[in-house]
Amino acid sequence: MNNRLRDRLPEWLVTLPPMGWLAVLFLLPTALIFAISLRPADPFGGIGAGWTLDHIRALATHHYAVIAARTVLFSVLTTAVCLFLALPTGYYIARAPRRWRQTLLLLVVVPFWTSFLIRIFAWKVLLHPDGLFKQALAFLRLVPADAALLYHPPAVLLVMVYTCLPFAILPVYAAAEKFDFQLLEAARDLGAGRFQAFMRVFVPGIRRGVLTAVLVVLIPALGTYVIPDLVGGPTSEMIGNKIAQRVFVDRNLPHAGALAALLTVGVLLPMAAVLVLQARGRRRAPTDEEGL
Amino acid sequence: MTRSRFPIMVTYAVLAFFYLPILVLVVNSFNASRFGSTWGGWSLGWYERLFRHREIWEALQNTLIVAVAATAAAVVLGTLAAFALHRWQSRLQRAHFTLIYTPLVVPEILMGISLLFFFAALGMPLGLVTITLAHITFCVSYVALVVLGRLQDFDWAVVEAAQDLGAGWWITVRRVLLPLLAPGIVAGALLAFTLSVDDFVITFFVAGPGSTTLPIQIYSMIKHGSPPVINALSTLLLAVTFAAVWLSRRLTEDNR
Repeated sequence: MNNRLRDRLPEWLVTLPPMGWLAVLFLLPTALIFAISLRPADPFGGIGAGWTLDHIRALATHHYAVIAARTVLFSVLTTAVCLFLALPTGYYIARAPRRWRQTLLLLVVVPFWTSFLIRIFAWKVLLHPDGLFKQALAFLRLVPADAALLYHPPAVLLVMVYTCLPFAILPVYAAAEKFDFQLLEAARDLGAGRFQAFMRVFVPGIRRGVLTAVLVVLIPALGTYVIPDLVGGPTSEMIGNKIAQRVFVDRNLPHAGALAALLTVGVLLPMAAVLVLQARGRRRAPTDEEGL
Repeated sequence: MTRSRFPIMVTYAVLAFFYLPILVLVVNSFNASRFGSTWGGWSLGWYERLFRHREIWEALQNTLIVAVAATAAAVVLGTLAAFALHRWQSRLQRAHFTLIYTPLVVPEILMGISLLFFFAALGMPLGLVTITLAHITFCVSYVALVVLGRLQDFDWAVVEAAQDLGAGWWITVRRVLLPLLAPGIVAGALLAFTLSVDDFVITFFVAGPGSTTLPIQIYSMIKHGSPPVINALSTLLLAVTFAAVWLSRRLTEDNR
């Protein structure tokens, strides 16, 4: 046997089980999305024989265009709000005294461990016309007393931010922890305002953390399905809801496949963009660490 | 130099935002009134109703079967993956890392539908087996990253020392490597278990008749059910979660 190959045998033996598992149960099924979107549906809810472009063509309707635009809009808004909240939070936790830092971090992580459905349900109760949150807003005259919050887009956005925010704070904090805060003082000494120093020294300094935060919020957000399903109405349906409807209501798997293929492409584009930006950042600052 | 008060205000607002809904839910589970907006006095009535709810206990049983099986398999695969990623720096490991990292980011619905297509293409009947296979797939990545984090401050000299003293590879793995990695492996297992118990989206796509898990049961109760019973169930689940978080913190913080 080739010597080089024998040297690498242990590596292959250890790597093969996990990598093989993910190749067969993750990569192959993802490829299958595209293959099945090109198959005709059979009348019994299965996948027919032969090939067709019908399901891809069926995506080009006004209805789907609205859904796709809304999916992008909700996801981008969620990402923006999460970043807006995660930057000061990550900054504050990173500058807190060491003892405090662990506690604050734990408080941010716990929601990640708590049941996803239960956190959505908690908001459904609060947003209900008789719920506490709705009544508090009406009491403060922030919304009219008969305003409908539940089953409308603002409710979906609120809950999306609620579920995504911990994922944005963690990478921002991880990068901020390694940031040299003396740079901020230097910027202030050189005449920068507080906000200016934050935006032009701190934010670029934790660039990789910010990019990771965008990646881990934006991409899962594009596939959101349960949140609009439980707290949204017909005016807040996203592409994930359409995929689920094609699978569970119409039982048209190839049509669902075409929608899923569209989402896959829509997810790969921002993912590739962030990875390219991160790689460029790495070349500039080779000591930077991964922020997840 | 004075520091801005803005970050501290945002941080505490964010924490309030995180915990207030959960708090309201827990308090309401003890509320005798059916509607959360009025206080009807303290009551354990919803817990009583919960314990008489047979479907919930059947669903819990399914959930635990899947979680135990999926965690066991994911821990083995994830630990192997972490070990390989840490031990070798090759082009193979770069591809390996991408394959481990991507499932963490990909929307759950895509993983769910792709696995549904995969099982449909193979003609596999949907049920607890397909759910377990799906759960192993998304848990491997989490276990791998947790164990990998633990390996960062691992000293390979210990392994070399064991081998210099005549230990074979199996003795080295069993007597040196595994005990040192144990806290990371247990923390990874806890995370995998929690994720498996909690998963709804992927499970919903690959579940069949008679394989209702707890999240699927909760989902259908939220859609057409009785909110106060869900409050009680949520409170119990939150208690279990907090215990798990506490335990995993203890495990990962020790020996530092």
